[in-house]
Amino acid sequence: MKEDVIILAIESSCDETAASVVKNGREVLSNVISSQIDIHTLYGGVVPEIASRKHTECIDQVVMQALSEAEMTWDDITAIAVTYGPGLVGALLVGVSYAKSLAWALHKPLIGVHHIEGHISANYIENEGLKPPFMCLVVSGGHSHLVKVADYGKYEILGRTRDDAAGEAFDKVARVIGLGYPGGPKIDKVSYEGNPRAIDFPRAKIADNEYDFSFSGLKSAVLNYLNQLQMKGEEYVQADVAASFQQAVVDVLVGHSMQALEQYGFKRFAIAGGVASNTHLRTAMEEACAERGVEFYRPSPILCTDNAAMIGAAAYYEYIAGSRADYDLNAVPNLKLGER
Amino acid sequence: MKILAVDSSGMVASVAIVEDDILVAEYNVNFKKTHSQTLLPMIDEISRMVELDTATIDAIAVAAGPGSFTGLRIGSATVKGLAQALGKPVVAVPTVDALAYNLYGSSAVICPLMDARRNQTYTGIYEFVRTENAFAMNTIEEQCAVDVGEIIGVLNSLGREVVFLGDGVPVFAEQIEKELKVPHTYAPAFMNRQRAAALAVLAKEYFKDGKSQTAGEFVPIYLRLSQAEREQLEKEKQGAN
Repeated sequence: MKEDVIILAIESSCDETAASVVKNGREVLSNVISSQIDIHTLYGGVVPEIASRKHTECIDQVVMQALSEAEMTWDDITAIAVTYGPGLVGALLVGVSYAKSLAWALHKPLIGVHHIEGHISANYIENEGLKPPFMCLVVSGGHSHLVKVADYGKYEILGRTRDDAAGEAFDKVARVIGLGYPGGPKIDKVSYEGNPRAIDFPRAKIADNEYDFSFSGLKSAVLNYLNQLQMKGEEYVQADVAASFQQAVVDVLVGHSMQALEQYGFKRFAIAGGVASNTHLRTAMEEACAERGVEFYRPSPILCTDNAAMIGAAAYYEYIAGSRADYDLNAVPNLKLGER
Repeated sequence: MKILAVDSSGMVASVAIVEDDILVAEYNVNFKKTHSQTLLPMIDEISRMVELDTATIDAIAVAAGPGSFTGLRIGSATVKGLAQALGKPVVAVPTVDALAYNLYGSSAVICPLMDARRNQTYTGIYEFVRTENAFAMNTIEEQCAVDVGEIIGVLNSLGREVVFLGDGVPVFAEQIEKELKVPHTYAPAFMNRQRAAALAVLAKEYFKDGKSQTAGEFVPIYLRLSQAEREQLEKEKQGAN
């Protein structure tokens, strides 16, 4: 019998301190997430220095909780995995430094994981049947990528955002229409009370790469719309603005994804990242995939937002492929997918 | 008693192993590479060189701050991981105290100066007083973040000879020469930056006094709020007026 591979994974790339124990890449034995969202809400967004300080304060407790909830001791752990990029450098460094000294002191292999690879791999956790090749849309507060997953650890980026990430646009629009931070879940919720066709916001196309995204024009269009109403002394309907903005984002994400699926002939499609927990996007993607006879995968909301279970899943395939990091592993804030 | 000490509070990365009264090994690097790239490889190298059995370590000492925010976090997270994995206590020593300890036995008062940017320094004032069979370090001015002019003022009013050290010396030397009215010198290269050996020896005293923490309890001392928090406080103050 093959021996189990038990990975202790750590994630601290943004405002979540997370640790998880994952068995053989697919079975989550524990998934601990310490969110700092309440603190950053005071500032209307993530403050890197505060995030880094909070990670330092709680990393040890989070990791030990993950170990104990999995009912594991250090002896049971095969390898230590950590997100080393992309993300906020100060935040990443906390997880990277902690993981490295664990690996050194315990004589365990160390695996550096790409954050986006983690998001994509979140889909493996609840879908035993999902194997590459497939297409994946990764949308979060920091990333908007349309990715061909050729094999485990082998990626080709078809499209990416030219300016704001999708989740960033949600946050900014939520702020200007008085919904506050974090924008994604708030817009998602209030949109159920609004008309998504009330305002015709633009759906941006990029001339030289049909799969790239741009959301800053959309954000400006929302601002202009609000300003025009204000100048006329009229009130805006918050739910309508939210629903119409969200519809524009969803249309672009679905449109790009379906076009790519058709062009490349993939039969499996997955979404990942914090924005993948948006209920309207999930429904729209599910319908669009069903129309085309494409198998649709999405992680549970808890595995969409930043977590360490997804890092453990990705690390398993890295481990199997023989990937090992050295003790000089550094945080790489703008790490590209597929690079080492 | 064996202590593994780590200091990454400034430009210098320093690791030392001190056993009782013997410095077994020390590794200092003052180079442009980030601590993230240097610190653990240094710990690894030094441990292999002296065939360190990590089970024999009694405590792990760390320069707890102030210092470069990033440097402090790399050191803190590293030490937390080590302490947790090895099941050892952490001894957190204030950075400026550990710097001053480099000048053990000095008859002049000691004033470490760390460059804290924005024309400020992390500093403090210390002296060594003779006890029955040793010198004990006595804190005259506790470590703090102040304008360099302020600490010069305190030294002037103290009226005693001063020896300066730290990475703030080249930054503030001109102002010191202009404003300081008491006799003073600058420590030479072998003792004018953070050294984990001094940290380890001071940590031994802390440990004996019961001042140790678990990996989970330890947090670095920044002495400064983040910029966002400062601005928020400023706003609240203005709002209150």
